[in-house]
Amino acid sequence: MLKRLQDSPVRSAIPSADVMARGVVPLGRGARGLRGVVASVGTGALAHAAGGLEPAELERRLLEIGFVEGARIEILHEGALGGDPIAVRIDDARVALRRREADAVLIQVEAGRLRPRRGLAA
Amino acid sequence: MSAEAVLEPPPPSLADRLNTEAAPAQALPVAVARLALIGAPNCGKTALFNALTGSRQKVANYAGVTVERKEGAVTAVDGWRARVLDLPGTYSLRARSPDEVVTRDAVLGRLAGETPPDVLVCIADATNLKGALRLVLELKQVGRPMVLAMNMFDIAERQGWRIDLEGLSRELDIPVVTTVATRRRGVDALLAAAQRLARGPAALSSEVAWREPGPVELRTAHREAERIARACVAPPARPDTLTGKLDGVLLHPVFGSAILLGLLFLMFQAVFTWAQPLMDLIKAGFDQLGVLVGQTFPPGLLRSLISEGVISGVGSVLVFLPQILILFFFIIVLEDLGYMARAAFLMDRVMGGAGLHGRAFIPLLSSFACAIPGVMGARVIDNRRDRLTTILVAPLMTCSARIPVYTLIISAFIPNRTVWGFASLQGLVMFGLYAAGIVSALSVGFVIRKLFWRGAAEPFLMELPAYKLPDPKNVLMGVWTRAKIFLTRAGTVILAMMVLIWFLSSTPSAPPGAVGPAINYSFAGMLGHAMEPLLAPIGFTWQMAVALVPAMAAREVAVAALGTVYAVQGGENALGPLSGVLHAHWSMASALAMLAWFIFAPQCASTLGVVKRETNSWKWPAIMFAYMTALAYVAAFATYHIARLAGA
Repeated sequence: MLKRLQDSPVRSAIPSADVMARGVVPLGRGARGLRGVVASVGTGALAHAAGGLEPAELERRLLEIGFVEGARIEILHEGALGGDPIAVRIDDARVALRRREADAVLIQVEAGRLRPRRGLAA
Repeated sequence: MSAEAVLEPPPPSLADRLNTEAAPAQALPVAVARLALIGAPNCGKTALFNALTGSRQKVANYAGVTVERKEGAVTAVDGWRARVLDLPGTYSLRARSPDEVVTRDAVLGRLAGETPPDVLVCIADATNLKGALRLVLELKQVGRPMVLAMNMFDIAERQGWRIDLEGLSRELDIPVVTTVATRRRGVDALLAAAQRLARGPAALSSEVAWREPGPVELRTAHREAERIARACVAPPARPDTLTGKLDGVLLHPVFGSAILLGLLFLMFQAVFTWAQPLMDLIKAGFDQLGVLVGQTFPPGLLRSLISEGVISGVGSVLVFLPQILILFFFIIVLEDLGYMARAAFLMDRVMGGAGLHGRAFIPLLSSFACAIPGVMGARVIDNRRDRLTTILVAPLMTCSARIPVYTLIISAFIPNRTVWGFASLQGLVMFGLYAAGIVSALSVGFVIRKLFWRGAAEPFLMELPAYKLPDPKNVLMGVWTRAKIFLTRAGTVILAMMVLIWFLSSTPSAPPGAVGPAINYSFAGMLGHAMEPLLAPIGFTWQMAVALVPAMAAREVAVAALGTVYAVQGGENALGPLSGVLHAHWSMASALAMLAWFIFAPQCASTLGVVKRETNSWKWPAIMFAYMTALAYVAAFATYHIARLAGA
């Protein structure tokens, strides 16, 4: 399926087409529809989120809102501009967060794809 | 399992009943039990509070802080009485905002000036139990008697959730009651359970064992909540998809944004057009009253005070009550629907680009009603800098106090035409003024962020609650609370200001044989004339200058002040509507300059006062006043001269 998409004229017209997600990825990298299970919280790309909270505080907040190891995750929606923030289903609840913070949550992917890299800003 | 199910129903003993009946509440205030409602945002806590207390509630502030304190009285069917405190919503006791600090301290019994609660009523959204279970587990450590109210139980049943209430009660070791706050179902059972707890052994308030949880404790609580949920809660076989389907449209990158814009547009068209018949009615009523006074009282100082000071002054402000109510109606309905969180999601990137937090959207949206709830609502933002930025720009959002000024000038100077076949030109101008407010708020936020506060930004992390149909009763109660606040203001501050302006504009009276209007010789005239040279470059007449001074009390007072100034000036002959008077006295350029001034309009003593209280320093209100005055002056100056060049 990946091959077919990459070969299609539409796909090849986009310079940085998204790719199938495999293994463990930061939630912030996922595209809409990505599904999986939380592998770890607070140990992800924390350097990336360092512009905001202290890593330990971010970890507590993520835990409090429901991101805990083993929780089932699906990216439901992406914001209109730059695909940010994202709306995520955590088990039965829905939570909105920015990709920067979502990077601190690592997902064991079941299905879905990654977003193309965000140019120079990323 | 019925929605009113209750575990451990307490049999009210005869002695109890006799006791409560024999002792009226006023006689024994000490004996009244104190219940504290605690729960996550969106769990229906306010609805339950309304169901418990009805109209017997008192809204004030906690001592020393500006967190809204809502308390009410409740009487159970058997006559047992209690006071119910509605604590600010929270997910945990690990307080991060001033509101959550109040909740934590109230629960722990540390809040100065508050008696610790006898019974905690923890409220859970029955359709979203896991988060609530973690809060219950944390609250249990506090050691106070507690009852769990499973609210919105009807929705949970309809969705197919199967909840083992007995098991839950056993696992948590507290009574569990099911409630449907919007229909007052389960309220009696809840009170009965609370009553039983209140009569049981008191809380070990001196030995509260609560300690701020770290990541390890949080994960443990998660596991424990998960275990209890698995043991007692069976999710529906067919999960509810309505919220998901709605989000598919409402959070859609294109449709979602279009719907949000459409909603805002509808809101402002409604404020402008739906309110009209009611406003006409109120205006006609006050005019009648003025005529009546004119016929009843002999000409003189008293008649002048009543008809020109009180009636025309207060009347010209009260006339805007319908618009304010419509605006609050929209805000409350959208909030109760669960749409506000979606709006914050859609707006986060835009707000973020302006250096604001997505959560600032809600305080800023409330600032459309009044900057004071907006400034106070900024406490939902934990980061101090983000909060200060939001506070500083909140008064730029067009508050309802500006509506009277806008409405007056628009109806006097903008022709009532229909453009593009559907939109009223007056409505469009109004929309433009609101847009100008929004754009300037975002620009100022951006400048603050870029120039002064670079670096750390607060994370945007918020729950998207399931959509719910708003309960008409709760919406009406919310609107009524706002109406009361506005009416109280009109009856106190504004009335006092009106009398003061009337006094300033009628004394000293004109010397015998004087030429020109009498107000020229009054204190107001002197003040206006003194300010005239300062305001002449932006096209303001001295009457406009006079109106700006009392508008410090509240922006809408400007309208009343103009009414008073012109009514007094013209004496018996100026009975025509104020807009006609303005049309005759002001140039188009001056009118547009006044509109531009009011986009920024720094003068609002109560906003500045609230900013002082919220930031605990005079520095921020001073900065706010300075930058807004500068912007207002520049904008009015530019508008006036551009309009003049364009021939207006």
